[in-house]
Amino acid sequence: MNYKIAGLAMAGLMSSVAFAPSALAADKTIVIGNVNDMSSLYADTGGIGSEVAAKMAIEDSGMEKKGWKISVISADHQNKPDVGATLTRQLIDEKHADVIIDTPNSGVALAVAAVVKEKNKVFIPSGAASAALTGAACTPNTVHWTYDTYELAHGTGGAITRAGGKSWFFLTADYAFGKALEADTTAVVKAEGGTVLGHDLHPLNTADFSSFLLQAQASKAQVIGLANAGGDTINSIKQAAEFGIIKGGQTIAPLLLFITDVNAMGLKVAQGLEFTSSFYWDMNDGTRAWAKRFQALDPAHHMPTQGQAGAYAGVLHYLKAVEKVGDPSDGAKVVAEMKALPTDDPLFGKGTVRIDGRVTHPAYLFKVKTPEESKYPWDYYKLVATIPADKAFRPLSESDCPLVKK
Amino acid sequence: MTAISLSEAHGRNRAQKVAMVVMLAVLLAAPFFVYPYFLMQALCFALLACAFNLLVGYVGLLSFGHAMFMGTGAYICAHLAQARGVPVEFAIPAGMLVAALVGVVAGALSIRRQGIYFSMTTLALSQLIYFLALELPFTHGEDGIQPVPQTKIFGGLLDLGHPLQIYYFVLVIFFAGFLLIYRVINSPFGEVLKSIRENEPRAISLGYKVDQYKLMAFVLSATLAGLAGATKALVVQNASLSDVYWTTSGEIVLMTLVGGMGTIFGPVIGAFIVSAMQVYLSGLGQWVTVIQGVIFVTCVLAFRRGIVGEIAAKFGLNL
Repeated sequence: MNYKIAGLAMAGLMSSVAFAPSALAADKTIVIGNVNDMSSLYADTGGIGSEVAAKMAIEDSGMEKKGWKISVISADHQNKPDVGATLTRQLIDEKHADVIIDTPNSGVALAVAAVVKEKNKVFIPSGAASAALTGAACTPNTVHWTYDTYELAHGTGGAITRAGGKSWFFLTADYAFGKALEADTTAVVKAEGGTVLGHDLHPLNTADFSSFLLQAQASKAQVIGLANAGGDTINSIKQAAEFGIIKGGQTIAPLLLFITDVNAMGLKVAQGLEFTSSFYWDMNDGTRAWAKRFQALDPAHHMPTQGQAGAYAGVLHYLKAVEKVGDPSDGAKVVAEMKALPTDDPLFGKGTVRIDGRVTHPAYLFKVKTPEESKYPWDYYKLVATIPADKAFRPLSESDCPLVKK
Repeated sequence: MTAISLSEAHGRNRAQKVAMVVMLAVLLAAPFFVYPYFLMQALCFALLACAFNLLVGYVGLLSFGHAMFMGTGAYICAHLAQARGVPVEFAIPAGMLVAALVGVVAGALSIRRQGIYFSMTTLALSQLIYFLALELPFTHGEDGIQPVPQTKIFGGLLDLGHPLQIYYFVLVIFFAGFLLIYRVINSPFGEVLKSIRENEPRAISLGYKVDQYKLMAFVLSATLAGLAGATKALVVQNASLSDVYWTTSGEIVLMTLVGGMGTIFGPVIGAFIVSAMQVYLSGLGQWVTVIQGVIFVTCVLAFRRGIVGEIAAKFGLNL
């Protein structure tokens, strides 16, 4: 009987140890969880590079000199929402993570956002595109950096249509992300006085785009919008180059394109593409200096993508807020401080974190240079138009985020 | 009839009972030592692998589409609990029920063929379900359904937000499913299933309506897979495309092979090993898939009966 009681007491003791809340938080320890795709299609745009960016932010915050202990842990979510949710929970419970960053893949990001809210930590998605993160699925613990589907659609659709690309044809990935992008872009194109001549849905991970491209070519649309991502975007651009679509006078507008994609395709294929991005390394002295530092530290020696730049800026701003609050354990409190403080960093400039968690900064419409125009490695983009911060993102009046009071 | 004496049969059964008590004891104590949310996820996969094993190990039907039942269970449960506000204690059985219905249709179609054709039919049907999960509005495409609320259930008696309470809730579900499979395998019905596996024409010649037995086993397996999926949706708080994708079907096969096909405990061990690799090796990035591949090849080359199968063969036990 005594044994039984002792056993129960021990079990109780162990459970209290196992589930004790982050007791270390008070003594100035911050753990950053980089829940990312480390092995698959987003590994180049986020991956280990986001860990590098986060470490640079820690260094630049100067907080370690003030006695803070800050570390970064990376974990591979394998693009599975269930794995991402469990990893996040485990990072928070066992490694006492205070903030989760990057998390490309919208499905995983939405799952992670739910766990982070439940645990009252902070979530800074800088690599996920879904505008729902600051819309219907917004939480008091999420701060969405870099880009979202609204920004991409409105930036590219609006700027190109205003510049004279009045007739559009869409190649759309047949799933929610692609359809949302197409619908958003269509609305902007029509609002700017353009027309949409047609669209074609292709399955996810298509290898052969020839029939879709031929239809797009035959439509005689001035602009072919690619409402897809990753490998599908690269495949469709490569095959469009083989069909001579750009040389034939049509513009190709991929709605989501990363600099690593351009690097992988090469300028010969990618030249002439027009697209929206929140960040380009070769914008000014600040971005150049930062990007060169990043390139030296990155294991693959790539230039930073916009997602990785967002990871840096997000962590930097987060650390500022934690320093002000004095304790990272209450995530909602830290996020409230992040929203109160104006953002200011060398990569995105000055901006704000809105009530719905959206970070506003300017967005840019770029055109990929021709091989002749490119003077040095990674000299890929030329600026076509700047979309000011207050125009780049979904206005609060259109938001369906419950945090926005109307 | 195999020629084993009664005492021998009794001894074999005793080994199973001892193993079951050990397993239960380990699982009861486990959350004090290992992260409970990992254990819960592994338990869901264990139940799934056991359900799969009921088909492949005891009827000889290799289904390559079991993710469709898990995904159906997960999506229905998640949708009801998240969007319709149905309490979890009703959402889980509902997910299971719909998975059973899918199992009736898929089973009726696929058991008409044998061998590779059976596997291919199940794979094709599961890809159909995958397409539905991608396209139907209520599934939210690749974003999935989330968050599934972990609330108090049974009138506030059980708080699913508490790690230990939800763990034991999941353990009860797993063990109930496991016992059901154990009972089925050791019943006259199970003996008929094994005879179909060994020699189908002979079972027919003895007057058994083989197709009905196969369909029954298929639906049972689908139902339990749906239960596993619905429970997993509750544990990880989401239902997503990876639940219905064919790679998940592949992982189920891997779990069962590593643990030991046609053994009662093998799929449980296999599920824990594969889940542990996914979670604890996640820092290694792409090496996880490579390691999984190496283990699979090693398993097939070196110990074909799987971990539990080899142990059982070595000691002459029936596990």
